[in-house]
Amino acid sequence: MSAPAAQLAAGAPRLVALAFGADHAGFRRAVRESVAAQDPPERVVWRMRAPGGALEAAGLFDTPAAPAAASQAPALSLPRAVAGLVDLVLCHRDPARFDLLYTLIWRVLRGERQLADNPADPLVHRLGLMAKAVRRDIHKMHAFVRFKALGAASGRERFVAWFEPEHFILEAVAPFFRTRFPAMDWAILTPVGTVGRNGEHLAFGPPASRPRLPEGDGFEAGWLTYYASAFNPARANPTMMRTEMPRKYWPNLPEARLIPVLLESAPARVADMLAREARAPRKRDPARAVAAMAHQAPASLAALNTLISATPAFVSGGTRAVLGEGPLEPDLALVGEQPGDQEDVEGRPFVGPAGQLLMTAMAEAGLAREAVYLTNAVKHFKFVQRGKRRLHQKPTGGEVKHYRWWLETELSFVRPRLVVALGGTAALALTGEALAVSRTRGPRRLGAHDGYVTFHPSYLLRLPDETARREAYAALVADLAAAKALAQAARAVR
Amino acid sequence: MDDALKTKLGILADAAKYDASCASSGAGGRAAKKDGIGSTTGMGICHSYTPDGRCVSLLKILLTNYCLFDCAYCINRRSSNVQRARLSVDEVVAITLGFYKRNYIEGLFLSSGIIRSPDYTMEQMMRVARALRQDHGFAGYIHLKAIPEASPWLVEQAGLWADRLSVNVELASDISLQQLAPEKDAPGIKATMGQLKERIAEAREEKRRFAPAGQSTQMIVGADSTTDAAVLDASATLYGGYGLKRVYYSAFSPIPEASRVLPVKPAPLRRENRLYQADWLLRFYGFSVSDITAGGEGGMLDLDIDPKLAWALKHREQFPVDVNVADRELLLRVPGLGVRAVDRLLRARRQTRLTLDDIARLSTGVKRARAFLITADHHPLKLTDRADLRVRLTPPARQLELFA
Repeated sequence: MSAPAAQLAAGAPRLVALAFGADHAGFRRAVRESVAAQDPPERVVWRMRAPGGALEAAGLFDTPAAPAAASQAPALSLPRAVAGLVDLVLCHRDPARFDLLYTLIWRVLRGERQLADNPADPLVHRLGLMAKAVRRDIHKMHAFVRFKALGAASGRERFVAWFEPEHFILEAVAPFFRTRFPAMDWAILTPVGTVGRNGEHLAFGPPASRPRLPEGDGFEAGWLTYYASAFNPARANPTMMRTEMPRKYWPNLPEARLIPVLLESAPARVADMLAREARAPRKRDPARAVAAMAHQAPASLAALNTLISATPAFVSGGTRAVLGEGPLEPDLALVGEQPGDQEDVEGRPFVGPAGQLLMTAMAEAGLAREAVYLTNAVKHFKFVQRGKRRLHQKPTGGEVKHYRWWLETELSFVRPRLVVALGGTAALALTGEALAVSRTRGPRRLGAHDGYVTFHPSYLLRLPDETARREAYAALVADLAAAKALAQAARAVR
Repeated sequence: MDDALKTKLGILADAAKYDASCASSGAGGRAAKKDGIGSTTGMGICHSYTPDGRCVSLLKILLTNYCLFDCAYCINRRSSNVQRARLSVDEVVAITLGFYKRNYIEGLFLSSGIIRSPDYTMEQMMRVARALRQDHGFAGYIHLKAIPEASPWLVEQAGLWADRLSVNVELASDISLQQLAPEKDAPGIKATMGQLKERIAEAREEKRRFAPAGQSTQMIVGADSTTDAAVLDASATLYGGYGLKRVYYSAFSPIPEASRVLPVKPAPLRRENRLYQADWLLRFYGFSVSDITAGGEGGMLDLDIDPKLAWALKHREQFPVDVNVADRELLLRVPGLGVRAVDRLLRARRQTRLTLDDIARLSTGVKRARAFLITADHHPLKLTDRADLRVRLTPPARQLELFA
């Protein structure tokens, strides 16, 4: 800033008085007015009010600030990089910040439009360092605030913290804590202001002085234990620690009081470890337990089914697992896509409209339901709720793969002679590859199984035109009959 | 938290601290519902630092340090005399939430010794994650250790609840693994990583949540005779072939109750530091493993100077580089210039011809860089070729600085 004498010579400078802290609105308004009045940076004097409202460092040239009425000055259009710098640097503690920012804006508006994009420019560099310091301060406050429990009130837990940020960052950090702790009430007191959440409301208050905080509770004691145990004395490196967690933060970090003791005792602990001979194991070689741990896979279909039933769905919706059913070592195992609404209600596969159609086709092909093992690639009903209806959703490739291990294990217990994939999802589950049913219909190796690919009955239900449906139905019956014949031939060979 | 629980926590935190990873990044932005708790910001936050300079971001504990495996490098192997403890699922959940509400941590990193069977153990760990997510609406970060010996469906499940999954490679050499960790199986570890890679990629494509922060792994360095070149080759395969987010290196450090088959002498921490620097060069600087190892001798990195400087000193014919015309790839090879400095430099030179003062504003490494740079007002002349350049640029011996 130029000397008072120079200002006097040029007439009275513009005095801007901004609110305590990071007064974004006030700064923006003052910039608009100063630019409109064509006041160069050296003719604008910036002051910040004390928290109460009085001007800090009131000086010789202070005149009453212009009324904070709505400004008539036109809005400015500034490059994004400039706006980003302004937002951060306004939070900085340095009283020179206003002048530096206004200088930047002035130069940008006077022809150096790209100025903020040149990080090598001394002014941009200095502002960049200030922005970085503010960003770091925000990050460290997110990290180093330590809440003390105050007990619960009206069902919500309450916490309080005292923190000393370096810059005016309270507004900048508030969203982080609001988002993170929606179900608890908390207050953070600092020398630059307070912020807290009470129920739904986020409120800011005036600067505070260090309060008497409640004693640390059991969790705080546990945290100290945790901190001490996480330290590896063989790797003591206090310089590194101080780089990331400077001493100025220590007074408000409960764990920091352990640091001196941990560092002091580290060399002795390491020497002790190195000096100690490796000892022979005191007791155990639990040979039987070690041998037993290999037998963890489910030993039967029933055991597998118990496991499947107890596991949450891999797809959205599914209320319960619909397990396969039918005889072991059958001629045919039919694998569908996933249970539908009806199957989910009854807990059995192929009992809905598509299942009924399949039963009709099977009967025509000479297959009794009881003779065939019926199951699905995906064990849960994936759906979205639309009003009262649960709308079927096709499982994605990734979801089908989540279920593959179960299907394979299931089939390894069932041991069918032939596996029939009803539709593309089943074929994907059995082979791991996406196959087009129309092109791959017929006998085919499906992973480790002799297999057969045909339509899923629900495909038939979706066909709009009667002729096509009749043709597809005939094809399904023919496929089922062909699969049956193949399986019987396989049985004869065995 | 009562004293008995505190004691168990101490034992199980102590048992978990040899796993280097504590990252809480990569989960993207996420926020809890109204009655839940927690958020992730994508960046990760270190809530504290222990006096070893390492970040405390997650509550990093074992569910139990009882273990049926007998891995020689591990303090928790079944033949160790270390004190044992076990936490219940509910206890881990309670400690995680209690710590989280006091803003001590970003979330949980849960691992475990193998009890009963790998499946049983993995399921218990998963129950913790599930209880946090489903019963408490916890939206903070969860990192689960995947047990490669467990059944595949458990890995499929774990990804639904966890942000990150990790399977530890443990040792870069399969032969060493066989000798030092008899219950472990290198092909099995790789199969699990392959399975995870597929599921993570599919879920990303289908916009579903499955381990959104990806997978990572850890290799122990200095417990066997594997060279740095072999370690970095393994890393390159892991990054390229298995899509890993991070490979962590852990210098074998003396542990209480050490096994007799292992060196008592710790591996130099500086070796670990150099490997991390090399890892960075692999991922962000366009270096190949052979570029990096060419800077050292016999497949080992130079411990006295960083691998980028080591490479530059052996490739002086490539320097000096003119900062006002050189392309990004070449600038990234200049010792002292990091990725950020290079990108700022490229932006700045669109507007001005850069001088050495400009470079000093753009990079904190200008002292090292100047021997390799030409600017509008500076030429290193013969400096680049001086025989004592290495000595001039080797930092004096001092307290080690480890990775962040």
